[in-house]
Amino acid sequence: MAFNIKVNGAGHSVDVDGDTPLLWALRDSLHLMGTKFGCGISACGACTVLVDGEAVRSCTLSIADVGDAEVVSIEGLESVGMSALQDAWVEEDVPQCGYCQSGQIMAAAALLSQNDKPNDADIDATMTNICRCGTYSRIKKAINRVVAER
Amino acid sequence: MSSPKTPSIANLSRRRFLQGAAATTGGLVLGFYLPGRKTAYADTQSETGRLNGYVQIDPQGGVTVTLVHAEMGQGVHTSLPMIVAEELEADWQTIKVIKAPGEKPGPIAGAASGTGGSRSIRGQFDVLSQVGASAREMLCQAAANSWGIPLVDCIARNGTVQAGDKIAPYGDLAVAAALLAVPENVVLKAREDWTLMGQPTKRLDARIKVTGEAVFGVDVVLDDMLVGTVQQCPVWGGTLTSVDPAPAMAVSGVETVLTTDTSIIVIGSGYWPAKKGLEALSPDWDFGEGVANNSQIVSQKLDEVLNGKSVLVTDEGNVAQANKFVSNSLEATYEVPFLHQATMEPMNATAWVHDGKIEVWAPVQSAGRERFTIAEEFGVSEDDVTVHVTFLGGGFGRRSSIDFIRPAIIASKQTDRPVKVIWSREEDMAHGLMRPVAKGRFKAGLNGPGQLVSWDSRLAVPSISQQLAPERVSNGFDPVSVYGADDLPYNIPHKRLRYAMPDMGVPLGFWRSVPHSYTAFFVESFLDEVAHKTKTDPFVLREQLLAGKGRQLLLLERLKHESDWTQKAEKGHFRGMAFHECFGSMIGQVLELSLQDDTAFRIERVTAVVDCGAAINPLTIEAQIEGGIIYALTAAMFGRIDVAEGRAVQQNFDTYEMVKMGQVPPVDVHILENGPIGGIGEPGVPPLAPALTSALYAATGIRHRKLPLIDAGLTLLGRPYSH
Repeated sequence: MAFNIKVNGAGHSVDVDGDTPLLWALRDSLHLMGTKFGCGISACGACTVLVDGEAVRSCTLSIADVGDAEVVSIEGLESVGMSALQDAWVEEDVPQCGYCQSGQIMAAAALLSQNDKPNDADIDATMTNICRCGTYSRIKKAINRVVAER
Repeated sequence: MSSPKTPSIANLSRRRFLQGAAATTGGLVLGFYLPGRKTAYADTQSETGRLNGYVQIDPQGGVTVTLVHAEMGQGVHTSLPMIVAEELEADWQTIKVIKAPGEKPGPIAGAASGTGGSRSIRGQFDVLSQVGASAREMLCQAAANSWGIPLVDCIARNGTVQAGDKIAPYGDLAVAAALLAVPENVVLKAREDWTLMGQPTKRLDARIKVTGEAVFGVDVVLDDMLVGTVQQCPVWGGTLTSVDPAPAMAVSGVETVLTTDTSIIVIGSGYWPAKKGLEALSPDWDFGEGVANNSQIVSQKLDEVLNGKSVLVTDEGNVAQANKFVSNSLEATYEVPFLHQATMEPMNATAWVHDGKIEVWAPVQSAGRERFTIAEEFGVSEDDVTVHVTFLGGGFGRRSSIDFIRPAIIASKQTDRPVKVIWSREEDMAHGLMRPVAKGRFKAGLNGPGQLVSWDSRLAVPSISQQLAPERVSNGFDPVSVYGADDLPYNIPHKRLRYAMPDMGVPLGFWRSVPHSYTAFFVESFLDEVAHKTKTDPFVLREQLLAGKGRQLLLLERLKHESDWTQKAEKGHFRGMAFHECFGSMIGQVLELSLQDDTAFRIERVTAVVDCGAAINPLTIEAQIEGGIIYALTAAMFGRIDVAEGRAVQQNFDTYEMVKMGQVPPVDVHILENGPIGGIGEPGVPPLAPALTSALYAATGIRHRKLPLIDAGLTLLGRPYSH
């Protein structure tokens, strides 16, 4: 059936089963490929998007449950005023393979939208996404760079 | 810095011009041939047919470098073009990188050689330097011709040729240069004249990796494409008996259900319908004999083989004779489990079989070899196979294989449409190519403090080569199983290594640093035991054993200094160290930890000193060593694939645990450049585990000889914060 969802500020009609995870609606229906598939069980965070400002692992949120929430994916980061994170990621030379970084950045965007000046403990507690390349310390530096500029 | 060999470099723009084509509109295009192991090209092919990379200077001044190796995080998308740009005297801002062979111009045969073994920089340094220098010379010659002055008066600088007050940007010279012959003997820059190489240089692929624009294998979208997912027999070696496709076909969005002897592929309008369709099926599998296999049997076999018949690998001095005269001896046995690479991007590939041709888009480390394998397996000419290499969401050795490409080709062939086949994480884990289990027994003969007289070692490791490259195995010996334990850098008068090869019935493959991931753990842990037994400082013991080896001693000295080894550690802090040589580099690490109680510890810091000969991009080197340390820490702490009923027990990240942000220690990386160019993607991994267990021994007096450490009840704590 058709679901109307709001993604990056625009309305979209997506014709899929109601149990389809938001991740696959974004990727296979809307071809927004920045949100990645990692585990399918909310364990790795590669699929993190913002749903009404909260970091949500989109591989386990069904499209039927999205309702009229505002969904923001990495492609829409600028629209929520968080593109400074992307600049900081580049400045700190964070990505290696890069596959998890969309999810990492979206998790950081949620953190910064809720906590103006997170400290390292806040970052550790919130940033639980997996990075197999081991870019964690650079991710933390990049977040701290944005925090310092606030 | 290295003596230039004579790589095949051809002026493709001139060749096409001579053939009557107006090819010089593209500017100067130099093609080159980069040989790989087991390359797909027969030696009888023409030079042009073998070319697999090129550098182009277009009339607008843009410089395009084909990336012949896969970018899987290790930074070659930046470091390889740096080599070209250095010799070319290019303006770094004008460098564009494209992947071979997808965006190939005319005659480039394409197909990267294998990417692995930390070989990319080492393998390409000479040819990329030569290509860059040749292009520079040709651009200078074009300027000299146009200005009517001698070549020696022309200087290339920052994307221009200059002579006195004359200056011409490369773009203006590219068409004229395209008509010149490739110079025979170009002079490469001296190391001290490098201006780009050696400078910390930010990644060219960083921006597209933070905007979501970078295209990984799973992101490939073709017109009219279907998406599928696959399930292979959950038991290794098992086959599919039968399956009723009806329940899958009843799922909306499912188009078709395909079967092979060993697998089911469900194809639909997207991954989700395909996955739902697959889960609706009740296949009848023939598990075969493999179903009886489990971790207890694996463990028993390892023991049997370790104590049984073996192959003598190295034998220096006379261990047996020497042991008659030693005053003391030591023996220890170490063991590591199967491990999965767990790349963040699950296995996947996209294929389009059309008009007798097979076109593949895949995150693959070994496109050249797979092109060859695909041609053989599907009975087409190699010329009719194209493998486009996407970005890889991690490689770590897992993506040197055709197994994750095959289902997409089968699916496209059957449906006559482009098909992307994505494995679920569970399928990815179930059908990994595992780092083998390994067990090693070590005996040392000692004479007084630090006097290590004899070293008798024995390894039992199932063979990766036996499964993936049987030609490398002879007389029951696979050299790939023992690297790092066979050629110790240490001066020990009597040493011996024996090897035995159990067959475990578990699919094996390359895992970041391959055997070094366990040989360094065994050898360096045992050396630490020798140091304690002989009451010698671990650094002092190694300095004695490396006497006369200047490069190694310089590294140890630097490591001792950077880690504050000679200063007393803070109260409650304990240190361990390890040193290892691999992939043409050498590396030492000191790990400092603190205990909360007997079982819970926190890593306070890790100090690494790596000598990789020449640092092309120090930023990449730091990132690779940091990343290698985290990869190794995850394995040492948590990594374990168990076997039950002939299959892998761990299926996803909930049971295959990873180190996360809070547990990551500060890592300091220091770089030395005291030898020929070495590899950097893998050397960060091997020393971490022995440095960690040695620090734990210093802290607790307990020697952990078996990984992972969670099995010993240990907990890795996060960072403390006072605020």
